[in-house]
Amino acid sequence: MNIVVCAKQVVDVGEIKVNPSTGKPVLEGIPKKISDIDKNAAEEAIRIKEKLKGKVTVITVGSEDARERIKEILAMGADDAVLIVPPEGADYHVISNLIAKAIKDMGQVDLVLCGEASIDMFSGQMGPRIAGAMDIPQLSYAFKIDAEAEKITAERNMGDKRVVSESTYPVLLTVTKEINVPRLPSLMQILGSAAKPIKVLKAPDMNVPDLAPKVVLEDVKGLAMNRKNLIFKDDLDQAVKDLAENLSKDGALG
Amino acid sequence: MILELNEQQVMIRNMVREFAAREIAPGAAERDRKEEYPHEILKKMAELGILGAIIPAEYGGPGLDHVTYATIIEEISRACASTGVVTSVHNSLTAWPIIQYGTEEQKAKYLPILARGEKIGAFGGTEPDAGSDLGAMKSTAELKGDHYILNGTKTFITSGPKAGIIIAFAVTDREKGPKGISAFIIESDFKGYKVGSIFEKIGINASMTSELIFEDMEVPKENLLGKEGEGFKIALSTLDGGRIGIAAQAVGIAQAALEESVAYSKQRHQFGKPISSFQAIQWMIADMATRIEAARFLVMNAAYMKDQGKRFSKEAAMAKLYSAQTAVDATDKAIQIFGGYGYTREYPVERLYRDARITGIYEGTSEVMKMVISGSLLR
Repeated sequence: MNIVVCAKQVVDVGEIKVNPSTGKPVLEGIPKKISDIDKNAAEEAIRIKEKLKGKVTVITVGSEDARERIKEILAMGADDAVLIVPPEGADYHVISNLIAKAIKDMGQVDLVLCGEASIDMFSGQMGPRIAGAMDIPQLSYAFKIDAEAEKITAERNMGDKRVVSESTYPVLLTVTKEINVPRLPSLMQILGSAAKPIKVLKAPDMNVPDLAPKVVLEDVKGLAMNRKNLIFKDDLDQAVKDLAENLSKDGALG
Repeated sequence: MILELNEQQVMIRNMVREFAAREIAPGAAERDRKEEYPHEILKKMAELGILGAIIPAEYGGPGLDHVTYATIIEEISRACASTGVVTSVHNSLTAWPIIQYGTEEQKAKYLPILARGEKIGAFGGTEPDAGSDLGAMKSTAELKGDHYILNGTKTFITSGPKAGIIIAFAVTDREKGPKGISAFIIESDFKGYKVGSIFEKIGINASMTSELIFEDMEVPKENLLGKEGEGFKIALSTLDGGRIGIAAQAVGIAQAALEESVAYSKQRHQFGKPISSFQAIQWMIADMATRIEAARFLVMNAAYMKDQGKRFSKEAAMAKLYSAQTAVDATDKAIQIFGGYGYTREYPVERLYRDARITGIYEGTSEVMKMVISGSLLR
């Protein structure tokens, strides 16, 4: 079983602060990590490899410094990694095309696993887009997987209902964070990860025809919440009336 | 000069930090209260290679350098100082002297057991009348045929009731003074080995501390560590390294106190504002953070010098002296910041305060550290 896991290096969103004067998130000096749900995907891939034998390759798209983060997944038990350096301004369309091409160039791949979304942008598009670009079926939002030699069964969280789906290979699955608890690598595995191969691919060398972004990112701003700090007190009846009037005026009562 | 961890060291620190958050921190308060030894945690630590961190790869460990090792001890102690000292003693005071002074047979026999955590390590140096003055020890070892017969009482032994492999010291030739002391590798199932009183302590309550009693204990003569008469030297060089571990433990305790204080001071409101907006609190936080940073650099410096094969007794003594003072100071300030709540068992800072105190006593008191430091300057 040849398995590919897609993992993204993100900034630790819990550490981000918003500059109050510009409204922009301050990203300098924020530690980076592998997006949490991608680690769930990696854990699932490694469990499937342990059950069915085979190989796990991690793919990431990002700057050269992602090399260090990707070693976390190599330490967990993946066999090798591919780091794709994207062109400037790459959007979901471009990145999914790059990943799909890299996977196709790897030869026979049976299973592609992605997190349902990354913790920074949380668009949830990447998995489905890669499946589309590869023209293979996809099972999204899997919270339980049973992989067998000939087919894979996934229990999927579709919001108000649970759906059980089955597919033959090749197939792409996106997983939710409920699916497992990612293992901690041992110190020996961490030390061993340094010797596992990481192949670097540069977008212009990959023969991907369509590298023009369809979305232009103009700006990113933090959500500002300004409190009104109005306090209604003294006469209770009057206070309730005033509160209701104010809420109504602001459209908070629908 | 590079004053930061490399990527691999960061990865190891992050893994241990995550492990500590998942497995060590949640039960730390309860283990402290129940004086419960962290058996299960030590087992999991062994699986991840943390328990035998400095044991070389050929004997089943990860063979980490001392800078990384100190980082690990800090992270473990940040969650639970008791687990921190057990780990430090297991590595620095048990595995290290075997790595450094053991024969190939001794290494092959004992190091894999320590790496796998099948037995926990301890160090039997201190006696009721020989603490800082280790040379005054009374325990004796007499060679009879194929065995040394050991008699004596060791005290304040970390992990004492739980240890399976103990590095112990006894006098083989009284006339030679400190040069008549020898080191031995003891197994807890040797005939004549007994655990004595278990101490009730102020802190580090989950690390059990006891007496060890040797009554005509039969130790195979191949378990002599080093040569006869080398025991005092072995003890001192082992304790030099141990001090890096204890200093790292102290930094971990202080760091935990700082983090608790920062979080609490932002959330606790008085006079209509978070108390973090008051200068009195801000200055305490600034002092804590500055001292912790300085202490951590001292620890890293001592560990780095040890890794480079340089003399590091003075640096380890400085690191331990300052880190211990920092831990006591930082946890005291943390209680002050928490106010009345800090004095209760509802909040974790009281445990940190109790745990901090020992770091200026064991593996060389702060006064002995000053003797070592001044001794190296005034020679």
